[in-house]
Amino acid sequence: MDANDIRGMTALELGKAIRDRTISSPEATRVFLDASLADANRGADGVNAYISIDEEGAMAAAADVQRRIDAGDVLSPIAGVPTAVKDNICVNGGVTTAASKMLEHFSPPYNATVIDKLKEAGAVILGKTNMDEFAMGGSTETSYFGVTANPWDRTRVSGGSSGGSAAAVAAGFAPYAIGSDTGGSIRQPCAFCNLTGVKPTYGSVSRFGLMAYASSLDQIGSIARDARDCAVALSVLSGPDEKDSTSVIDKPLRLCGAIHGEGAAEGLKGLKIGLPQNCLEEGLADDVRARVSEASDTLRALGAEVESFTLPLIEYAVPAYYIIACAEAGSNLSRYDGVKYGFRSDAARDMDDIFYRSRSEGFGTEVKRRIMLGSFVLSSGYFDAYYKKALQVRGMIKETFDEAFQRYDMVLSPVSPTVSYAIGGQIADPLAMYLADIYTVSVNLIGAPAVALPCGAGEGGLPVGMQFIGKAFDEETLLTAATVYQDATDHHRRRPPLKTSIKTTQRKRETDAI
Amino acid sequence: MKIDDRLIEYIAELSKLKLTPDEKERRKADLNDILGYMDKLNELDTTGRPEMTHPFEANNRFREDRVTNGDRRAEMLDNAPAAEGDYFKVFKTVED
Repeated sequence: MDANDIRGMTALELGKAIRDRTISSPEATRVFLDASLADANRGADGVNAYISIDEEGAMAAAADVQRRIDAGDVLSPIAGVPTAVKDNICVNGGVTTAASKMLEHFSPPYNATVIDKLKEAGAVILGKTNMDEFAMGGSTETSYFGVTANPWDRTRVSGGSSGGSAAAVAAGFAPYAIGSDTGGSIRQPCAFCNLTGVKPTYGSVSRFGLMAYASSLDQIGSIARDARDCAVALSVLSGPDEKDSTSVIDKPLRLCGAIHGEGAAEGLKGLKIGLPQNCLEEGLADDVRARVSEASDTLRALGAEVESFTLPLIEYAVPAYYIIACAEAGSNLSRYDGVKYGFRSDAARDMDDIFYRSRSEGFGTEVKRRIMLGSFVLSSGYFDAYYKKALQVRGMIKETFDEAFQRYDMVLSPVSPTVSYAIGGQIADPLAMYLADIYTVSVNLIGAPAVALPCGAGEGGLPVGMQFIGKAFDEETLLTAATVYQDATDHHRRRPPLKTSIKTTQRKRETDAI
Repeated sequence: MKIDDRLIEYIAELSKLKLTPDEKERRKADLNDILGYMDKLNELDTTGRPEMTHPFEANNRFREDRVTNGDRRAEMLDNAPAAEGDYFKVFKTVED
């Protein structure tokens, strides 16, 4: 089998080829490692999807999984299939940096629960992917290790914060990848890179070993080329965990239907979809609006009942989200004090100096900005006006969704107001960056699941994404609907153009000058 | 809400961050921008509304207090910026 054929397969296809002995796990792993390493060696001309690639570890893991498969162990449908993991998820043995100078040399003494689960399922981890520093950003431009380019157009951003995971899959450096989503960090890069991604219900995937950004919003999920791959990866990742007290014990996700396409013959007959009209009005680019409208027609043609409605309070989601996320971030990141692990400034001369200098030199601009916002909204005198108010609004937003879900099985909306934009184009205006999260943050505030998937080409042939938002623990409806849509359409099969000569773009951190 | 010099210094102190004069000006400007936008929430009457701190009603789940992790002392000390023997090393914190 040709390397390009292998790089073009979905995770499930590759898993089947490995089970059928068409290819071995070490052979497949070699193909993806070669592609990933070749890109890494291109330096500033590459995609820069990875922060670290574990060639030796991946080959050893592949050989080990192959031995187990040969011995007849049935591990999972994706046993032997390589994957890439966002660098805020702890993997014992290498470094996990959260794309921060603060953790440049941090070597986790333990695995995140999802890593143990992936290994049990026979996954082979190729490396750790680039991201916005501590997952704070929507373009992977705040990474200490430089921006990740979009494989569709290397002068543009891959999205974020899981931009490295999305770029790795889009460029064929990994068949699927693991990301995290606090306010859209899986869905928006999927929209920018023509991929499918799932932000699971809060509590369905353990957060143990995920470096905390905003604990009541963070959730780990999967990024892949189609909904079936997302579903199978999620079936591996999800489940209760004693080490995460917020992981839900009594609500196992049912995903078989989505993976096997059960009931797909009936199409989407009887599925009630709500389309919030006010999410398609001002502020949304014409190409995105057109593609989402066309997708709603396609869903209707597949048997779904699509009804327009007004989803109130959407315009309050961004301010409520950033107050809550920053408050939690400020508290979570107080652990980085230059004492037990992480960066310590050489210039420090006393204990207080260690705290101040290590944090000031170790964190990037966006992280400092959010910590400061968090400190402010939690400070005495402003707590009620900002933090308490935001929590109350969060409850009101939850009510509007609860009401919508009494009438609809799922809600359809855009993911991002625009297609991917130029590297360096928006990063100097933090408020504009925050406002671009308008369609994604509500999902995290209410804890609901959402699936982002491609719905066509926008300006310049760049990918446009849409999302299905569902009831808590009803990933199955979303992923099954996505599978039916993808079986009937080709948008998700579009691949970025192969480039031989690449325009050099800057690979320094975009925020350093701001 | 207006973030002035005094307030930005106070926020930096709460955040344990030292700002350069240039950074101070930039953060003052963008925090004013962002907080100005957040004031939009004041359009909503939230009187008597409950505060939603967590996506779902959750009860504390307790587990048995038993040690499950092995001895990782060496690995953890390896991550320390400074260590001596079995200890993290910092500057003296008490007066003579």
